[in-house]
Amino acid sequence: MANFSFELVSPERLVYSGSVTEVVVPGTEGEFGVLAGHAPFVSTLKPGVLTIKGDGAPRKLFVSGGLAEANPAGLTVLAETAVPLSEMNPARLAQMIKDAQEDVEDARDDAARLRLQGTLDSLRAASAAIEADGRTSH
Amino acid sequence: MASLKELRNRIASVKATQKITKAMQMVAAAKLRRAQTAAEAARPYATRMETVLGSIASTVSSGPDVPRLLTGTGQDQTHLLVVLTAERGLCGAFNSSIVRLARERALSLMNQGKTVKIFCVGRKGYEPLRRQFEKQIVELVELRANKGVTFADAQAIAEKIMAMFNAGEFDVATQFFSRFQSVISQTPTAQQIVPATFPETKAPAGGGTAVYEYEPSEEDILAELLPRNLAVQIFKALLENGASEQGARMSAMDNATRNAGDMIKKQTLVYNRTRQAQITKELIEIISGAEAL
Repeated sequence: MANFSFELVSPERLVYSGSVTEVVVPGTEGEFGVLAGHAPFVSTLKPGVLTIKGDGAPRKLFVSGGLAEANPAGLTVLAETAVPLSEMNPARLAQMIKDAQEDVEDARDDAARLRLQGTLDSLRAASAAIEADGRTSH
Repeated sequence: MASLKELRNRIASVKATQKITKAMQMVAAAKLRRAQTAAEAARPYATRMETVLGSIASTVSSGPDVPRLLTGTGQDQTHLLVVLTAERGLCGAFNSSIVRLARERALSLMNQGKTVKIFCVGRKGYEPLRRQFEKQIVELVELRANKGVTFADAQAIAEKIMAMFNAGEFDVATQFFSRFQSVISQTPTAQQIVPATFPETKAPAGGGTAVYEYEPSEEDILAELLPRNLAVQIFKALLENGASEQGARMSAMDNATRNAGDMIKKQTLVYNRTRQAQITKELIEIISGAEAL
């Protein structure tokens, strides 16, 4: 399978950089997989699990907030948080879910509420995915 | 002429000061290295963000759906000056040069009849500005408790600015910070952050002018990314400031240590001369006393 270059960048550092075969990105409008030679594409991220497939076992990271940009040179994901699932702190995620829940309750109008509800749902989904991952790896 | 005891005390106190400045210089050097790595680590994110936003912004430049963070409010009446300084002094002209730049800008805007609001980050900018612009200062954020800036700090500041912008409290925001060039040179810089500005977009390498597909629409992406970009720009400025502060402190303390060294040398010379003069005087007194017998 063809490889392409992939970079995962958080504001504080470059989290991952290397050659991979496939990356599954949690986009705002649904998860999408990127293979080599993807069409130029920009999408925002929802909180969720990003999977990197390359040599060896797939690596999974929790990402939230940011964007993914695919261009002929490769894929770049800018994420505000990017934490490997194994290092993910359940308490922190629970806090994020709680915050999101409060945001939904405080939303000023329906459009904002809908958007925040989306964030909350994807956080819950991510939390479920992390739990499932924890069970399989132990 | 000071007595020998006085001179001894003076030398001892300068020596103690020199020890302190020397220690501060070494601490600053260690912190500078850390600040520099942090600034470098943050660079890829900021530059990528800029390129992506720049290329989207160049395609959607007008229209009712375009977020106001990009186009501005259409007015130029109220200016928000975000002044980023350090929490601590003893770092040469670092704080004062940022404050001076901000003060000049504030005065020239006020002369043009504009309203000026000042948002201070860091106590050392707040204190001197308060004397002159007491009424204009709307916010003060202190980062004192923190060990090194984190993205969360920048986000908190960005959120405050966003809330003010959404409430229509200002039209244009500019941030003042010190750009790190080298240990001996830091340039105070003003950068407009609202409405967002982007450097001229270059065609992405390799792909020419690739036509991107956007998901969701360009406007939605902009609406989501522009507030983030604000945080990223502030984060970048804070990191640059952090490195500049340590650099400035390092060279200031290096100077202080050298000055203390010079002073010790001079004082020691005076001390030795005085001591010898005294011995000579005593000898003469003894000899002339013996001759008189």
